Amino acid sequence: MAANSSPRPVRTKTLGIGRVLVAVYGILALAATGRSVFQIIDRFVEAPLAFSLSALSAVVYIVATIALVAPGASWYRVARLTIGFELIGVLVVGTISLVAPGLLGLHSINPFGRESTVWSAYGLGYLLIPLVLPVLGLLYLRTRRPAAIEADVPE
Amino acid sequence: MIEWFTWLQLAVAVLAGLFCLVLGLLGRQPNDYSLGATLLVELLLIAQLVVAIAAPFVGNPPRGSLPEFYIYLVSALLLPPLAGFWALLERNRWATVVLGVICLAIAVMVYRMYQIWVFQVA
Repeated sequence: MAANSSPRPVRTKTLGIGRVLVAVYGILALAATGRSVFQIIDRFVEAPLAFSLSALSAVVYIVATIALVAPGASWYRVARLTIGFELIGVLVVGTISLVAPGLLGLHSINPFGRESTVWSAYGLGYLLIPLVLPVLGLLYLRTRRPAAIEADVPE
Repeated sequence: MIEWFTWLQLAVAVLAGLFCLVLGLLGRQPNDYSLGATLLVELLLIAQLVVAIAAPFVGNPPRGSLPEFYIYLVSALLLPPLAGFWALLERNRWATVVLGVICLAIAVMVYRMYQIWVFQVA
């Protein structure tokens, strides 16, 4: 079963790795959505702020997944914005969840607990993928900046 | 939930995941082996669904939340068809890597299902 992939330009290679990134984003979007829907239906009053954050992260992951797939300069900006937001979210919420869980209405710092969000303890409950993924995502976006944006952001 | 079956399923998902990852990183397009491994993972999930539906009626109720269990199970069931569809559309090595990634994600989800069924006391 030999690999019969024809030689391709380098550009396609980064695009290919991007496919894997999109798949991981999709899985994370699914995970965050499933968890937040369940938390909100089942026990919203227990920790409204934490569960709202769960829902917010779910929406952001869904938009980021779409933005990574969709072509064009404006989707590129959306991708950069949502992925940047995720990085800030996981850092801020991760820190608060460890230092002052009470601020989020959390009763424990257990990242696997019933009140935890995707971003609790920097995403430890999700193997730290929520912390690593935005960094990889931003690096990936840098490698395929569309010409339209290159023009108005001089470096 | 049948404990030994769940562990078997977990092992198969991990092995299938690593197998597809290795094939993908070696540059293989999705082939009968990687798609077959993913199909096996899906079939075991369907078996798990049957077990989960039947178990409460034969004196094996979950200790945790059944809706939460089903959110994981249904999400997991959706992944192999989506990744398989992708693999048929875009036949390159990264589609094989994606098959591996979703098999490993399913392994994690199966472990969560196990925790919910066996330990979690809501």
